[in-house]
Amino acid sequence: MTAVTDRPTVASGGAPLPVSLKQARLPRWAPPVIALVAAGAGCGIGLGAGLDSTIQWGLIAAALFVLGTYVLSAAVEGGRQAKDRLATSMVWTSFLLAVIPLASLLWETVARGIKVLNVYFLSHSMGTLPDALPGGGIYHAIIGTLEQVGLATLIAAPIGLLTAIYLVEYGRGRFAKTVTFFVDVMTGIPSIVAGLFILSVWILILGFGPSGFAGAMALAILMMPVVVRSTEEMLKLVPNELREASLALGVPKWRTILKVVLPTSLGGITTGVMLAIARITGETAPVLLLVWGAKTINNNPFDGAQQSLPLYVFQQWQIGTDAAYDRAWGAALVLIAFVMILNLVARGIARWKAPKTHR
Amino acid sequence: MKLQRKNRVRALAVGALAVSGALALTACGSDDTSGSGGAGGSAAKPANIKCEGKGKLLASGSSAQKNAMDVWVQNYAGACKGTEINYQPTGSGAGVTTFLQGQTAFAGSDSALKPEEIAKSKKLCKGGQAIDLPMVGGPIAVGYNVPGADNLVLDAPTLAKIFDSKITNWNDAAIKKLNPGAKLPNLKIQAFHRSDDSGTTDNFTKYLKGAAPGDWKHEPGKKWEGSGGQAASGSAGVSSQVKQTSGAISYFELSYATSGKIPTVKLDTGAKAPVEATVDNASKAISEAKPAGQGNDLALKLNYTTKAEGAYPITLVTYEIACDKGNKADTLPATKSFLTYTSSKDGQAALKALGYAPLPTEIADKVRKTVATLS
Amino acid sequence: MNSPSSISETPPPPASPAGAAISGKAVRPGDRIFLGFSRGSGIALLVIMAAIAAFLTYRSVLAITGDKADFFTTFDWNATGTEPKFGIAVLAFGTVVSSVVAMVIAVPVAVGIALFISHYAPRKLASPLGYVIDLLAAVPSIVYGLWGALFLVPHLSGLYGWLDDYLGWTGIFSYGGGAARSLFTVGILLAIMILPIVTSVSREVFLQAPKMHEEAALALGATRWEVIRMSVLPFGRSGVISASMLGLGRALGETMAVATVLSPSFLISKSLLDPGGGTFAQNIASKFSEADQFGQDALIASGLVLFVITLLVNGGARLIIARRKEYSGAAA
Repeated sequence: MTAVTDRPTVASGGAPLPVSLKQARLPRWAPPVIALVAAGAGCGIGLGAGLDSTIQWGLIAAALFVLGTYVLSAAVEGGRQAKDRLATSMVWTSFLLAVIPLASLLWETVARGIKVLNVYFLSHSMGTLPDALPGGGIYHAIIGTLEQVGLATLIAAPIGLLTAIYLVEYGRGRFAKTVTFFVDVMTGIPSIVAGLFILSVWILILGFGPSGFAGAMALAILMMPVVVRSTEEMLKLVPNELREASLALGVPKWRTILKVVLPTSLGGITTGVMLAIARITGETAPVLLLVWGAKTINNNPFDGAQQSLPLYVFQQWQIGTDAAYDRAWGAALVLIAFVMILNLVARGIARWKAPKTHR
Repeated sequence: MKLQRKNRVRALAVGALAVSGALALTACGSDDTSGSGGAGGSAAKPANIKCEGKGKLLASGSSAQKNAMDVWVQNYAGACKGTEINYQPTGSGAGVTTFLQGQTAFAGSDSALKPEEIAKSKKLCKGGQAIDLPMVGGPIAVGYNVPGADNLVLDAPTLAKIFDSKITNWNDAAIKKLNPGAKLPNLKIQAFHRSDDSGTTDNFTKYLKGAAPGDWKHEPGKKWEGSGGQAASGSAGVSSQVKQTSGAISYFELSYATSGKIPTVKLDTGAKAPVEATVDNASKAISEAKPAGQGNDLALKLNYTTKAEGAYPITLVTYEIACDKGNKADTLPATKSFLTYTSSKDGQAALKALGYAPLPTEIADKVRKTVATLS
Repeated sequence: MNSPSSISETPPPPASPAGAAISGKAVRPGDRIFLGFSRGSGIALLVIMAAIAAFLTYRSVLAITGDKADFFTTFDWNATGTEPKFGIAVLAFGTVVSSVVAMVIAVPVAVGIALFISHYAPRKLASPLGYVIDLLAAVPSIVYGLWGALFLVPHLSGLYGWLDDYLGWTGIFSYGGGAARSLFTVGILLAIMILPIVTSVSREVFLQAPKMHEEAALALGATRWEVIRMSVLPFGRSGVISASMLGLGRALGETMAVATVLSPSFLISKSLLDPGGGTFAQNIASKFSEADQFGQDALIASGLVLFVITLLVNGGARLIIARRKEYSGAAA
């Protein structure tokens, strides 16, 4: 894998491959220099024309870089290489364009959240503290989020995985089509509607009170289609030869799926499940309706109101005092860190379990 | 194969570690925040609270009374260890809906119950109906961001025209006439209103309709009907827009103006001096209100055209809603004891520091009497 | 698989036919149990979905029959009044426009980033970048909303003035000044929000592209772009479309970020840059807290329409995939 992907890097970097010996190439330092010139020109035009938005400067510089590379390369190296350069520079620019807002977002959250983050904040609930005042913590929200997301995953991940396996490995005929259709429908459920559904069935008709579990059920509804769609996509990518080889050896189909198909696509499936978890950890509306929100600790997800991190962030934002804003950013930071740790752990497991390939 | 099994054991170990870690985590948190900064100041002596009932009390509704509720809950919980009150500021409409569905012990609302809601409540309250108990009032401040103008005075017709996009510049003759000495800039007015439905909008537009019917032709309601202007979500949203935007004006609860250090408009009501948006002035306006409810229902009708000295008429009264008869047996004692505290002198006195207007004595007396008869 | 409207499309490596053919003769108990479990999950999913659909339809019918104005063409939302009058025209317009803007910006950029991570970036950089992108997908939308309102909106008015100068004559890009809290801003913010999701799934797909093809193309003297164009992109097309659908699902249903950034109104403005408009999810969030029972029904009815729109979009995507199915070179 390494050898193959590395080779093109060298090629475009300008080191003469045997193929391109007779071709004129731009020197290796050309792209960075063009980038610098473009950035300079962008700032220059921005300053000169008195454009007050730095976003414009960046856009001008990006356009100049892409154009410059293409024109230079077309002049020196010819059409095909120029197209390659164009693609390379476009990919780089799109990467940089996207990184800037995302980095700014992360930076803002970290810089503002770190102010209130300490052991007290993590180990205390809001207790009876009025929300407008400084102090208090997010312990109750952390517990709530862990339990609700955990329960939701326990419900949604197996159903989603098995459904995807059914669709890819067994699915033919009308039933499979219907399932696929409804999975598509489910991706469009607004989260508040899922919340209302559980509210009317679980709380109003069956008469249970608000609890973490009620919230987890609504979150599971939101999570299922995401798991199915991404798992489906990953399972389809498993080369058929692997299945055929395993079946030809007399391995039962279910063992083939469990031992060959799933491990091969485990990395992608994990990513899919993580993305699904990521989607539901940020949900506010169903939690508000079903888990109710609370200021004190409740360790039991099956009885009584709980809190959750996104709801906490939302409520603190609504309060609108400086102390509440600080707590909101702090809780958002914890939420992101929580998902990050989860993500790293899941990927670690996926890497362990993935079969070693020699690709 | 062997290698894989080893991996499985390891994965199991990781899982077990995660679960036990989570379990261990549940043991190390604390609800005790009494030691943390700033909380001590507003805590009144809990001695006068009569505790009754035990367990968890759920309530929800108006976000306008959220801060008051926070302090009441803090003080009440300090005195009554067995009771836990959980008030969620979901909005008045959602509060009444969940109350009528029987999910909560009481609701908080910025508007009195509608006749059809009272009719519905008869199903829930066996032998009785839901009633409005006025519990706390508050001035709705009109905050602005106009460079150079510090002591802006406006009256109802001008406000109506500004929020209806009929006056669009700060140096308009109508504004100049009310502010003879001020240097008003040539600046476009950016009037912000709430994008979400809200009791604050309801009370503000009721004032505009009541005090300037000729200039405000729209029906008052929770949804903004005025033409033009920009919108933002929540009181926090509009107040932060006013802070950011030069030339902006908007309406929100006084506490947002205080915490955001936003200057507020003084109202020319026809009284001798323009009236400032303060807690005391709001209390005075509430004492001008007339009862609008029947029987045990204590809903109030505010007098928006009052010319009384120092009465600030853009005022909001928020209610607690409970059944007069037929409250749920398991939550009744705690509800009664909590509402008794909130309407008591101590409960009302705790509010002033937060930008709320305590009820005038006469109304508070009536509320206490009614709370005592809840069953 | 035999008509364009077929739902389960043939993926590049056609897994189902071969697998299914063999499963037909499976008699082993293990197989039967496993099949039972996986079919059972499918059924469970269908049951849940049917229940939700029934619930939604029931409450929507209540709302639409109680509506005193035309539900589809009215430019207003007043469901809690004594004379309830509400309609979804503005919401449908705003939802579609902001999502289209978001997709137009996000998908090409996301494909670019995914290619960057899978084929261009130095390997030492590639996998940490993958983590970071996945992580960003987890940032709660309220945080995007806060960031959008405090950081993005103030920075965009300059750009909008610029767009107005050069493209104002189109009408679509005319800009009257003031805060940049328009549908276009919402589109940009949504694009930033869905970037990580689309990128993450696309990258995973690109990494799966058969190395043999890439090596073969390289051996024939193709440039890196030609390798990608001829062997990676065709292979990943269905994955990219599916990733975009995931992103679109989030964009269509996004609530909090839109509610904090947009200055909504019930008017359709010709210009995308002027404040105004609204989206289904934003409207639900704004109106829900003060809605009574009937108001909730009305909001649920609008949720149902959002449903249908998502469904149409997904169906369209499936059609596109089905049309392109003739490409199946990856099976080699």
